[in-house]
Amino acid sequence: MKKVQFRNAWFPYLLLLPQLSIVAIFFLWPAAEAVRSSFYLEDPFGFGATFVGFDNFVDTITSTDYGRIARFTGIFTFCVTFLSLGIALLLAVKADKVIHGASTYKTLLMWVYAVAPPVAGLIAILLFDQHVGPIVKLVALFGWKMQIGVNYFDTGFAMVIAAVWKQIPVNFIFFLSGLQGISKSVQEAASIDCRSGFRRFWTVTFPLLAPTGFFLLIINITYAFFDTFGIIDVILKTEPGNNPVTLVYKVYLDGFRGNDLGGSSAQSVVLMILVFILTVIQFRLIERRIHYT
Amino acid sequence: MKRLQIMDHVILLAGVFFMVAPVFLAFLTSTHDAVTIYRSGMQFTLGDNFLENYHTVLTQAGGFTKQVNGLVMLKNSLILGFGFAIGKIVISMLAAYAIVYFRFPFASFCFWIIFSTLLLPLEVRILPSYEIVQSLGLVNTYTGMIVPLIASATGTFFFRQFFMSVPEELLEAARIDGAGAWKFFIDILVPLSKTMIAAIFIIMFVYGWNQYLWPTLITTDETFFTLVRGIKQILKVWIGAQIPDYDQAMALAILAMLPPVIVVVIFQSWFIKGLVESDK
Repeated sequence: MKKVQFRNAWFPYLLLLPQLSIVAIFFLWPAAEAVRSSFYLEDPFGFGATFVGFDNFVDTITSTDYGRIARFTGIFTFCVTFLSLGIALLLAVKADKVIHGASTYKTLLMWVYAVAPPVAGLIAILLFDQHVGPIVKLVALFGWKMQIGVNYFDTGFAMVIAAVWKQIPVNFIFFLSGLQGISKSVQEAASIDCRSGFRRFWTVTFPLLAPTGFFLLIINITYAFFDTFGIIDVILKTEPGNNPVTLVYKVYLDGFRGNDLGGSSAQSVVLMILVFILTVIQFRLIERRIHYT
Repeated sequence: MKRLQIMDHVILLAGVFFMVAPVFLAFLTSTHDAVTIYRSGMQFTLGDNFLENYHTVLTQAGGFTKQVNGLVMLKNSLILGFGFAIGKIVISMLAAYAIVYFRFPFASFCFWIIFSTLLLPLEVRILPSYEIVQSLGLVNTYTGMIVPLIASATGTFFFRQFFMSVPEELLEAARIDGAGAWKFFIDILVPLSKTMIAAIFIIMFVYGWNQYLWPTLITTDETFFTLVRGIKQILKVWIGAQIPDYDQAMALAILAMLPPVIVVVIFQSWFIKGLVESDK
């Protein structure tokens, strides 16, 4: 807040009115509605609802389906986060170091940021297509008969690759700007003290990048949870069958296809709590990041 | 030392290959006809169906009701991208201005209400959001497509950070000169935020353009389909098709990514600045 401020009885409210009304109608109301309907069993034909307490939560969380999907979501999130952070860090370190063509590399490595997740998914299904996909032909040479949409593991694999591809640019941009923020004098001092470039990276550069890394970790987990919806929906050709899906996808499936309002809402509430925890961690990290610099 | 340099370039080139090759292949494939692709897989050369395929996708009506073509979808995508970006910037600048520059009762309450939206992505509250928008009669309207997406406070959060960094003296000087609250905002704060507005505009335009789930739910009328939304329709037509229209699918994919990619590449430095600073 500013020390010098305007005082006006109605003007600030007028300024806030558009934002507050949108938040109230399209955020608070639906969020409250999700919490409310998670405690009710809705008649599928719209004839009223019965209060069932925590039944919806117990039913969804204890179902075998939910356990399987939660496990896949966990593995998927781990793979996407780990791979996209790892590859992006490697590329950022190299892009920071090269003298020739640095800006060309930067452009070529970041433009995928603008590609929509479902577009990434659409290209992926063709690359992994059983009839026309070059990747399927390539791995067949090594004896791997890849069947996307049929084999559980193969489908999950394609999803991870597409999701990693889409996420590398964001991580790359942040890591590169983090690296460029490290002062030249620190780097020069380090290179006098230690000749091994590899050791220098792990003992000097990497710890200095850690705040950026933690911050990106949260961003990536949120991405793997929510923003991969488009990739997953397109790779499954909108018909999931027995294929792997994530928890967010299940919320959509149960709510819109299965007409299970209560169950879908209960899952929403579980995810809300999860995101809430992630966001709190994120805010704490941001505070710490500001203290660093 | 020399050898190390070469290794760096090899790694970077491998990275570039991984990022560029899928899209390049998609483009090459989009210049062939469906039968060729069906017979011999994705193509590694430039075909001679480039004009024909893109012309078909842009001008010929597809889908179930044969009402929508690529140009209509392009128009809708532009409306969504621009509408979302402009709407979000205007609304969030006003709100951030009120929060930073005014002292009024319930200020911190308003602040927390707005920032609570950062906690829950739209995907989590998708079903109740849909029902509310439906009950308001906003299905198959641009309003229903754009406004609920604006609810998240990312823009407000960013402008708040920026306004806080504006020197206090500016306001003092403006008040001595007798500028009112609105005049200060329009004549001093907005021109001062120009680069920031540009950066946020690019990020929001790309975000709006790339929306998939929400437009999918909220538009059943094909005349409201965006390019990204059109992908779902392509997949539906594929199921049961003898020879899927791989060529047109890839042409659509290229068309759907072209505008945001061009914007991001051209305004690269602004965009990176906005992205890195807004997420701090």
